[in-house]
Amino acid sequence: MTSVTAQDRTTAFDAAVAADERIEPRDWMPDAYRATLVRQIAQHAHSEIIGMQPEANWISRAPSLRRKAILIAKVQDEAGHGLYLYGAAETLGTGRDELLDKLHSGRQKYSSIFNYPTLTWADVGAIGWLVDGAAITNQVPLCRCSYGPYARAMVRICKEESFHQRQGYESLLTLSRGTPAQHEMAQDAVNRWWWPSLMMFGPPDDESAHSAQSMAWKIKRHSNDELRQRFVDICVPQAETLGLTLPDPELKWNEDRRHYDFGPIDWQEFHEVLKGNGPCNEQRITQRRRAHDEGAWVREAAAAYAAKHDTARQTAQTAQTAQTGQATQTGQGTQAEQAARAEQSRQAGQPGQAVQAGLTSRPAQTTAAGEATA
Amino acid sequence: MTESTDWPLWEVFVRSRRGLSHTHAGSLHAPDAEMALRNGRDLYTRRNEGVSLWVVPSAAITASSPDEKDSFFEPAGDKPYRHPTFYDIPEGVKHL
Ligand SMILES: [Fe+2]
Ligand SMILES: [Fe+2]
Repeated sequence: MTSVTAQDRTTAFDAAVAADERIEPRDWMPDAYRATLVRQIAQHAHSEIIGMQPEANWISRAPSLRRKAILIAKVQDEAGHGLYLYGAAETLGTGRDELLDKLHSGRQKYSSIFNYPTLTWADVGAIGWLVDGAAITNQVPLCRCSYGPYARAMVRICKEESFHQRQGYESLLTLSRGTPAQHEMAQDAVNRWWWPSLMMFGPPDDESAHSAQSMAWKIKRHSNDELRQRFVDICVPQAETLGLTLPDPELKWNEDRRHYDFGPIDWQEFHEVLKGNGPCNEQRITQRRRAHDEGAWVREAAAAYAAKHDTARQTAQTAQTAQTGQATQTGQGTQAEQAARAEQSRQAGQPGQAVQAGLTSRPAQTTAAGEATA
Repeated sequence: MTESTDWPLWEVFVRSRRGLSHTHAGSLHAPDAEMALRNGRDLYTRRNEGVSLWVVPSAAITASSPDEKDSFFEPAGDKPYRHPTFYDIPEGVKHL
């Protein structure tokens, strides 16, 4: 076998990226590429998990059973998104507990949008329309990200996000066409969420620290400002249909640019919230830590159950083996064992060949009595 | 750095409907196989994406090494005659 030099590996990596191929977990990759991905995917995962909080705030007070069921499903989706993304981050060699630890200790960030409060029911609609809408604008190009597991997670997420956006839009539309008080509540929510949503695309291109390298690596496909403009252009006509205004007096169609011009963003506010001085930073991270700590007994109980179950099963098999005089060594096993395996197959959704191929998670134990309980 | 307390990692395979193979959907952590199945259902089939699930401990998977990519799959590289397009057939010959 020929040895692979560092130069060869770099060349292979660069060629794969240039050819728009995907980098997969076991491929060689530059340390900085790996570190950038871990940072970005972790921040993304944390945002999904923290993002459950502002909306979950309204589950118990949703105005109808229909809205409540929708909101629960949406918040559950966000938990799922977090898990897809933690899974993608873990393929880069960072453990789940390490990621959570860094979130809890503030060493990794989450999107600053979730540090704003949800003051009224209309905020749930505004979040679905604007915050999930901005997330979709950001995430659709990430489906073509050069890192395979991240791109695949984004495909799954984007499919689910469009439900999030549409339910929010529908909810806002219902309020906007409702009583004057409901209309006013919808307008107030849009007024508060519009600017923070534009900040979700990150700092302007000339101040964005990591953008250029990320684009060279094809982790990112479009600049922050480009995506922000795309989002504004999409939202303006949607707001018109809603019968709501966007809180920006400078918002105006520019025939030369073929885009909407919009007013300056308050980056001071953005940096303050990022630094931890937003209205809810403290509350969000405290709640996250508490949820983690209060869930400890569940994790411990599940682990204890798994260990006990495992021991009980091994003991039963040991007894069985002793009784039947090493019957397992014939390769067939006893009737009882076959029945047990069949039962496992049924529980596992009848994997059929997989059991035979040794893919099952619990291969029949062929160890002699005594060893199995070791 | 404290020792990892993570549950084992499982790979999840979903059969989207009868007649199709199970396809890798992603991975998850779970303390045992039954919890892996339940978590797999909640994580990967919230919208009727599956009629059957497999979970496999990630540690049980043996993979070919990406580094030996070329030499490992090389034997298939110089055998174009295994493809039907290798053969020239006169125009007008039907059902071939
Ligand atoms: Fe999400
Ligand atoms: Fe969402």
